[in-house]
Amino acid sequence: MDKTKKRDLIVSLGLIALIFVVVAVLEKVLPTTSMLFTVLKKGSIYALVAVSMNLLNGFTGLFSLGQAGFMLLGAYTYAILTIPVEARAAVYQYYDGGIVQFSVPVIVGILLAGVVAAFFAYLIGLPVLHLKSDYLAIATLGFAEIIRAIFQWDKLGGLTNGSNLLRKFPIFHSTLFPFAVSALCIGIIVMLINSTYGRAFKAIRDDEIAAEAMGINLAHHKRLAFTISSFFAGISGALLAMFQTTVQASQFKSAMTYEILLIVVIGGIGSITGSCISSFLFVASSEWWLRFLDNSETYIGSLHLGLLRPGFRKVVFSVIIMAIVLLYQRGIMGDKEFSLTRIRQRLSGLFKKKKVQ
Amino acid sequence: MSERVLEIKDLTLQFGGVVAVNSLSMYVDKGEIVSLIGPNGAGKTTAFNAITGLYVPTNGQILFEGKKIIENYPHGKMKKLYAGSENGKYKERLEPTPDKVTKLGVARTFQNIRLWKTQSVFDNVLIAKHMRRTSNVFTATFRLNAAEEKKQREETAELLNILGLYQVKDQNCTTLPYGLQRRLEIARALATDPKLLLLDEPAAGMNPQETLELTEFIGRIRDDFKLTVCMIEHHMDLVMNISDRIYVLNFGALIAKGTPEEIQSNPTVIAAYLGEDKNA
Repeated sequence: MDKTKKRDLIVSLGLIALIFVVVAVLEKVLPTTSMLFTVLKKGSIYALVAVSMNLLNGFTGLFSLGQAGFMLLGAYTYAILTIPVEARAAVYQYYDGGIVQFSVPVIVGILLAGVVAAFFAYLIGLPVLHLKSDYLAIATLGFAEIIRAIFQWDKLGGLTNGSNLLRKFPIFHSTLFPFAVSALCIGIIVMLINSTYGRAFKAIRDDEIAAEAMGINLAHHKRLAFTISSFFAGISGALLAMFQTTVQASQFKSAMTYEILLIVVIGGIGSITGSCISSFLFVASSEWWLRFLDNSETYIGSLHLGLLRPGFRKVVFSVIIMAIVLLYQRGIMGDKEFSLTRIRQRLSGLFKKKKVQ
Repeated sequence: MSERVLEIKDLTLQFGGVVAVNSLSMYVDKGEIVSLIGPNGAGKTTAFNAITGLYVPTNGQILFEGKKIIENYPHGKMKKLYAGSENGKYKERLEPTPDKVTKLGVARTFQNIRLWKTQSVFDNVLIAKHMRRTSNVFTATFRLNAAEEKKQREETAELLNILGLYQVKDQNCTTLPYGLQRRLEIARALATDPKLLLLDEPAAGMNPQETLELTEFIGRIRDDFKLTVCMIEHHMDLVMNISDRIYVLNFGALIAKGTPEEIQSNPTVIAAYLGEDKNA
């Protein structure tokens, strides 16, 4: 049993390494403007935030919709702290160059993005984590909306640049960067979930009353899950800022939380690999694969497809999502993880059946 | 005199105008098996919920190993509504959450089985070991607690072995037959290293054969784990066989207490609960 586990781990690590090699090779071969890289970059960032949301919704059973708010905190923290000092006068042109007059290295900025998001999560968690299911969702959604409004507030302009863009902070060029950061963070989340704390989270999800009766401190563990989830949401916010090259509070609408929730649900609530796979599929279909549907000048032979017009891809996209939710009610992966052992068992099962026939 | 493990003084639980438990006083000594019996709705489970911290009593006091762990008195809205007795005797408000009570050494099972349904048999017991951890979230995530984790797993395997659940340890807990699920609940409670075990209808839904096995099983774990047991049960064979003392509740109030023989011949109990023996 342990041997197969060890082998699975090695194979998984090997697969991840292989993905990195493939991405590195693709970067050398394809032009950097290829849509593929946009999808891979955004996909990896969304994968991280989806996994962080899954830690909360799927593994601890806390239905929270504050993810966009924590991403905003992370994105702003990163942007504010890493804009080079000489560029600040240009960025904060309406606020006398802003009040922050230093900048920190990229890695420190990313870490602090997580820390700030986690800190706010801790504070907001004190009152709201007593709430159950939909009430918690509404409270966290409210928090995300309030934080967005506060960051656009004129009086805080010296820090947040009001409703203007933050820009000129260091960004990444290689797809490998968001891949590496996301992989590292998701790896840590997986290790957390497989630790004794992860098991306690799952116990809380399965039966809160039994968990408490078995000595699991509910308030402490819920707060822990909420804070950790927000820490990684903050980091993904920082990555998103780097990806978009600019930060503006209005980008972090509740629609973003819904996109992430959609990814989690489609991937399977309680499945890490499901969240990762579905985030890439989601980003690819919404940004790339369905683009052709927006082209109103599409002809098959001489037949003009009159239905196609700008915005039509969103209709198709919605239909696809409805179909997926109807067909796979528990998401692509359910609450299972992608594992080679299972695939092998499936295949050998198929093979045996054929033999019998 | 033997050591007093649990002592309940004037426990009253009132929900709005309904008095679910009315001035219940009882005690459990070390090594005893004490049963709480009574008709449905008599307030037995409510009393258990109060002992484990799930409900806050309206009035009264609970001591565990001589130490006051729970105390409350009617306050706020309840001041006017309060229908119980002993008003004004208790001055403190001690309302620990259930996990704190469990940490002190009180473990329980549930009347309607509450296993963690997505988890394996092994993990159900292993999770209960979480409470006694010394690791924090960082050391646990980065596997710096490997020694403790290994010890927990070994203890879990040993416990499952003793309770005869080791063969099914990798199965999902919901696939077990009913009797084994109840046994797994007891295993999970034992994993918290309790001094006092509260069993809420351990024999519910069991046939006579299973009940007989359970009787023996409860006696065995009491001796093996040096436990004190307090249980709620409706199977009179089990109760009369195994109990050192019995408390009888009816409509929230204590109507009788004593040894099984005394209870069986107590006219009040017969009228309220046991019923007349038609052959007599």
